[in-house]
Amino acid sequence: MSEVNTESSGSKKGKKKGAKKVSTRIDFTPMVDLGFLLITFFMLTTTMIKPQTMEIAMPSKDKVPDEEQTKVKASRAITIILGKDNKVFYYEGTRENDVDPAVELTDFSSSGIRKFLIGRNYDVMLKVEELQKEKRDKQMTEEEFEKKKLEIMSDKKAPIVIIKATDEATYKNLIDILDEMAICNIGKYAIVDISDYDLELIKDKNI
Amino acid sequence: MTKVKLPRKSTAIDMTAMCDVAFLLLTFFMLTSNFTQKEPVLVNTPSSISEIKIPERNIMTILIDRSGKLFFGIDGQDKRIDLLKKMGEAYSYTFTDAELKEFSLINRFGVPIEQMKSFLALKPADRDLLENALGIPYDSLDNQFKSWVRFSRFVNPQLRIAIKADQALAYPVIKDVMNTLQDLDENRYNLITSLEQSPDQIQ
Repeated sequence: MSEVNTESSGSKKGKKKGAKKVSTRIDFTPMVDLGFLLITFFMLTTTMIKPQTMEIAMPSKDKVPDEEQTKVKASRAITIILGKDNKVFYYEGTRENDVDPAVELTDFSSSGIRKFLIGRNYDVMLKVEELQKEKRDKQMTEEEFEKKKLEIMSDKKAPIVIIKATDEATYKNLIDILDEMAICNIGKYAIVDISDYDLELIKDKNI
Repeated sequence: MTKVKLPRKSTAIDMTAMCDVAFLLLTFFMLTSNFTQKEPVLVNTPSSISEIKIPERNIMTILIDRSGKLFFGIDGQDKRIDLLKKMGEAYSYTFTDAELKEFSLINRFGVPIEQMKSFLALKPADRDLLENALGIPYDSLDNQFKSWVRFSRFVNPQLRIAIKADQALAYPVIKDVMNTLQDLDENRYNLITSLEQSPDQIQ
């Protein structure tokens, strides 16, 4: 030990100037490399976009006594039946005077069920559009807008849509039709189990 | 002519500032990130125009693949342990501490309670294999899914239900699941969808 010490002190004496010239600066380049590598890793593994969801509220299963049930006026009711191979059937009203309602066959395109629903819900659509314009111009708050939109959509004359899906329908069909409800500003709609009567109605067309 | 003498400058740049920026960004990404969670099956969600985002915490995820296999998961590791304990009590299985610990690390699982023990004994990489992903029974004969939902609600009352199902899933399956939820008085839930590009693309 002592030998080493003396040697180093000796060498120091001779090279004093050279030893002092070593800079204290460190090359940061590898550290930057590492930093950016980690950034890349975190950027690639993170999920910045959260998934979209559609909120849905189903009625509870408790039996509602007959007198408290909301009766749907036949003229307001539209029944949509989701069939096989993305087929959509709809009819208005219900069976009256032993005459079956006329069932129409359509599809999920914008000229299909959407066109019909917009046609039936035209007043509400116009009002909502006006409201949206107002919101853009006057910078109405989001809550105010939602509240007014709800008010318009619960209009007494607006149609009520009853959605019934056959066993051959897919989950996509259900989401699509719920989407149409949102697009067409339908305030009241319900997903109901299909009845034998409805199956009978679409029997000829659902091939 | 006098030559302008340019002073010789070193080409080395001071990297300290760049390093600062890099690590600042790194810190930001580390703090804001939540990792992409691996899912046992590939689920192709249908698209919708809805733009509501799903909350990050207190989510009960119900994953249904195109063949109707049901997977289930809640967040919160301590909640998961409580949940498995409860399920064990109800179906008279006792789980060891090691098994409970193992279960708390699983995001989504899809095995009947009878196979839970052997499932937990598997290596994590083997759990997602097709033969091990059996799905949770949810038919009326043996509705274990119902128990999972009920006990999840019990261990964490703030849970929100999110259903993530494949777009090719047959309607009767989703009807069964919805009916089960309705039986439990769970009437509000979220359907996870992907964003629709433009309204004209609905076909």
